[in-house]
Amino acid sequence: MTKQIIVPFGPQHPVLPEPIHLDLVLEDETVVDVIPSIGYIHRGFEKLVEKREFTEYVYIAERTCGICSFIHGMTYCVGIEQIMNIEVPERADYLRTIWSEYSRLHSHLLWLGCYADSFGFENLFMNAWRIRERILDVFEQTTGGRVIQGSCKIGGVRRDISNEKLAEMSRDLNSIRKEIEELTNVFLNDDTVRHRTRNVGVLSREDAYHLGAVGPTARGSGVAIDLRKTGYAAYGKLDFPVVTDSCGDCYSRCFVRCKELFTSIDIIQQAITKIPEGPIEVKVTGAPNGEFFCRAEQPRGELVHYIKGNGTKFLVRSRIRTPTLTNIPPLVKMLQGCELADVPVIVLSIDPCISCTER
Amino acid sequence: MGFFEMTKTALRTVLSRPVTILYPYQPAKKTDLTRGHIIFDGSRCISCSICQRKCPSQAILLNKEAKSWQIDRFRCVVCNSCVETCPAKCLSMDIQYTAPASAKGVEIFTITYVKPPKPEKKEEPKE
Repeated sequence: MTKQIIVPFGPQHPVLPEPIHLDLVLEDETVVDVIPSIGYIHRGFEKLVEKREFTEYVYIAERTCGICSFIHGMTYCVGIEQIMNIEVPERADYLRTIWSEYSRLHSHLLWLGCYADSFGFENLFMNAWRIRERILDVFEQTTGGRVIQGSCKIGGVRRDISNEKLAEMSRDLNSIRKEIEELTNVFLNDDTVRHRTRNVGVLSREDAYHLGAVGPTARGSGVAIDLRKTGYAAYGKLDFPVVTDSCGDCYSRCFVRCKELFTSIDIIQQAITKIPEGPIEVKVTGAPNGEFFCRAEQPRGELVHYIKGNGTKFLVRSRIRTPTLTNIPPLVKMLQGCELADVPVIVLSIDPCISCTER
Repeated sequence: MGFFEMTKTALRTVLSRPVTILYPYQPAKKTDLTRGHIIFDGSRCISCSICQRKCPSQAILLNKEAKSWQIDRFRCVVCNSCVETCPAKCLSMDIQYTAPASAKGVEIFTITYVKPPKPEKKEEPKE
């Protein structure tokens, strides 16, 4: 038996956008075991809920993550609305859906860029982020913020988008779709990229299911779980497929995300054609009394906000479970048996968002 | 990707303008909704301190006795909450970001609003 050595990976590493530490147990060049540890950027959001009013906490919930911020804010708002039995106007639901899908586009394009960077394809990284910039511009034009939108509030949304602007966004998406087609063509059909990602970090369907993989990590292994199908916001009124692939390797996870970009564009365009006129918010009085377990689909997978109130302005408990946290056990499974040189690609393939994970 | 495809991409990249801008020399892209920083108009503030209570990051401090309104730009998260709730509309959002500073501190503004003498409500007269 060869001697085992431990190589630390992270918390600071060129491919990691955020700090996570992995102790890789190696035998020669092969990873035999992985010991993950988190805890570098804990910020205590769940405790902060006791110090801020429940209406103000939307801003904090939104800052849980710097990439899928809108969906965090929205999930929290939906939770409070469910406790307080608030019926959100339909237009607000559609606007929330549109912004959620823009978040997904933004997140997946960011991920594609980071992913290209992880196997050393700098040019592709730049191209992905160039398209992402156009998505961010739309965010700024419609909400005022590029990354932290701050447009969701309890009882609706803060800002309306005019119908002219919506039509312009829809037209704009057609040209973005062409650019994305060109981009994903490289990710899916280029020999070099395929060579680096095919059969790397394989996660079987059973493992994905039993280890609790969520989002594209699960869908890449053939587990068709997509919480948008539960029909929160306006998703119940829109028609879209759940993208899955069966191989469970890095290529499959990339494939799922590439196809989801097009699904997102379709959803936005459908929502823009179906969006009704009407108010965008309802007045909220009182305070939440009760608890709710709210789930939503983030770009990375299933997000859970557990909220408990006792009838005062301050909530008693908030618990946020983010997709990356549940994707770490599958990641450990994927890394076992891989080569050391493939570790960056595999770690990136679950789209780790550590700030989310540690809250 | 074939040779001609590559040539097409390369030519397009060479002939088109750069996507990035030279930010400090060229102004950054801004929209009407961009949240840059908060502007305070002391001549309209009625000292209701709603902005202070609604601020999620507790960046605003209003002192009724000293007639001062102060904001800690390093705490402010530019969420627009105070601008939306201000009843006197003395707060507004500017689209330009604040310049980087070398030292932390607060900005203090004086409230110069004088209550018009006409309506005789129970609010205490100001000096």
